Amino acid sequence: MVAGALLTSSEIRRVILDRAHAANEGHIGSALSIADIMVVLYRDVVAGRLHGATRDRVVLSKGHAALALYAALYLSGELSEAMLNEYCEDGGRLGVHPQHGIDGVEFTTGSLGQGLSFATGCALAAQVSGEQWRTFVICSDAECDEGSTWEAAMFAAQRRLPRLVTVIDYNQQQAMGDTDAVISLGDLRSRWEAVGWFAVDVDGHDETSLEAALRLADQGRTQPIAVIAHTTFGKGVPFMERQLRWHYSSMSDQEYVRAINSLGAAT
Amino acid sequence: MRAEFVGALHQLMDQDDRVVLLTADLGFHVLEPLFDAHPRRAINVGVAEQNMAGLAAGLAHSGRIPFIYSIATFATLRGYEFIRNGAVVHGLPVRVVGIGGGFEYGAAGISHYALEDLGLMRIQPGMTVLAPADGAQAVTALLASWDLPGPVYYRIGKDDRRSLPELKGRFRLGHLEILRHGTDAAVLATGAIATEAATACSQLEAMGISCTFAMAACLAPAPRDEIASLVDSVPLVLTVETHYVVGGLGSLVAEVIAEAGVGCRLIRAGVDAVPDRYSGGQPYMERRFRLDATSLVNRVLEAGGAPRQSGREVSSRPR
Repeated sequence: MVAGALLTSSEIRRVILDRAHAANEGHIGSALSIADIMVVLYRDVVAGRLHGATRDRVVLSKGHAALALYAALYLSGELSEAMLNEYCEDGGRLGVHPQHGIDGVEFTTGSLGQGLSFATGCALAAQVSGEQWRTFVICSDAECDEGSTWEAAMFAAQRRLPRLVTVIDYNQQQAMGDTDAVISLGDLRSRWEAVGWFAVDVDGHDETSLEAALRLADQGRTQPIAVIAHTTFGKGVPFMERQLRWHYSSMSDQEYVRAINSLGAAT
Repeated sequence: MRAEFVGALHQLMDQDDRVVLLTADLGFHVLEPLFDAHPRRAINVGVAEQNMAGLAAGLAHSGRIPFIYSIATFATLRGYEFIRNGAVVHGLPVRVVGIGGGFEYGAAGISHYALEDLGLMRIQPGMTVLAPADGAQAVTALLASWDLPGPVYYRIGKDDRRSLPELKGRFRLGHLEILRHGTDAAVLATGAIATEAATACSQLEAMGISCTFAMAACLAPAPRDEIASLVDSVPLVLTVETHYVVGGLGSLVAEVIAEAGVGCRLIRAGVDAVPDRYSGGQPYMERRFRLDATSLVNRVLEAGGAPRQSGREVSSRPR
């Protein structure tokens, strides 16, 4: 790891690969999928607003992509290297899924379909208190299979919680296949619009588009914001891209070297 | 019980703006005064109990004290994983209010019978589990628990007429309330069925069977030492609850008896089968599962809890 590394798309991917390899853990493709979202969120949107009672809340509902969260927190100076190195160590505080109790992790997640309700409760607390802080939640596309996601979505629209931003990582792959083959989600933007959200489609790897979308929370709208981030599973490591195997598999030493090298070539 | 509990909750909302009420579209003709008085903090989330429990975690995480309100089955079962992964895992002050435990919804049927709520809540570490006997005790229990740092489950009876006057509303967190001391048998009850248990104790006393009667409104934190002491003093113990026989008060007492090495016999009066494919009002269902006072007396007599005399058994067949 490079001391003092900046929060960039190549560095966040490097940290994800490094820690995944060191711990011999999987969920790599899911973490790489949201790497650019996390870079923009932590570098450009919530930086400097992550502490105190009126902090912005970030909830990683797709908890299996925790490595992307840890890497973003580390590269933005919110997480020490010593703690990052606890990832999946016995007794360590950083698990495969995020666990509360450390700065930067609001909620323990890992059971899909719960993060949006937790986040909506936070946004509701802000509304009841008349406070202006924002709540960002990152969901997987497959979480839209969960009925509870839509319970929360309809409630947030009914309550007009415009400082609640849900980013849906629409990489169109889930644990056992393409979303189209399991539960087709079709035009996700229309679905979120249908339940009352202000929804936008963005290229989930384009930093400029992502920043503009995440800042919709600051524009005085009356609806909660859904950012449909069109992403590529495993993005940034060509041999992992769109390959279902990398939902669960860990890397061999050779695969790790190949992944890091391909990352270097891409940057 | 419900009216007094909701009245006390209304006062808490008046006094402390951290208190937020969420209901999953239930409480018609009950909660309206709270909505009228506190439109910002009384919220109908719609028929969405999972989301309600998740919202409560988010609210509590941000400094609020949310009460989530529904019929006891829906409040506990539908959103159970949200309660676990939210309030319990994070140790948040979420209050789950389950209305009408046991058979209180009568002919509404099995979908409305909470028969495992106490067990489900009791197995979650750090969850305070309260099942008061009547309205007066429900109010005392609420005032003793509403601002605890961790989650609380309240099983609140729907019937506002049932009461246990001799209890005088007493409640202490982590304790039994012992209303009668005896030497032949001990009866422990939880929830609104305690009125039947108390009547049964009086009838047993009239038959010359000396009974201890204890109200176990606080199942967690469990009054283990008090239960151990109580059951050690008698040869026969009867637990009474409108709950499946596994997981609730009977299970708690069995655990204590086993762990303390007490040599008494235990009868767990509860619901021992899925009550479906037939209908009936609350009294009928309680009789059918031998939870009415007469049946409870017979259970003690059948178990030989006291000097037996022929012809003592009272008919308790469902009418």
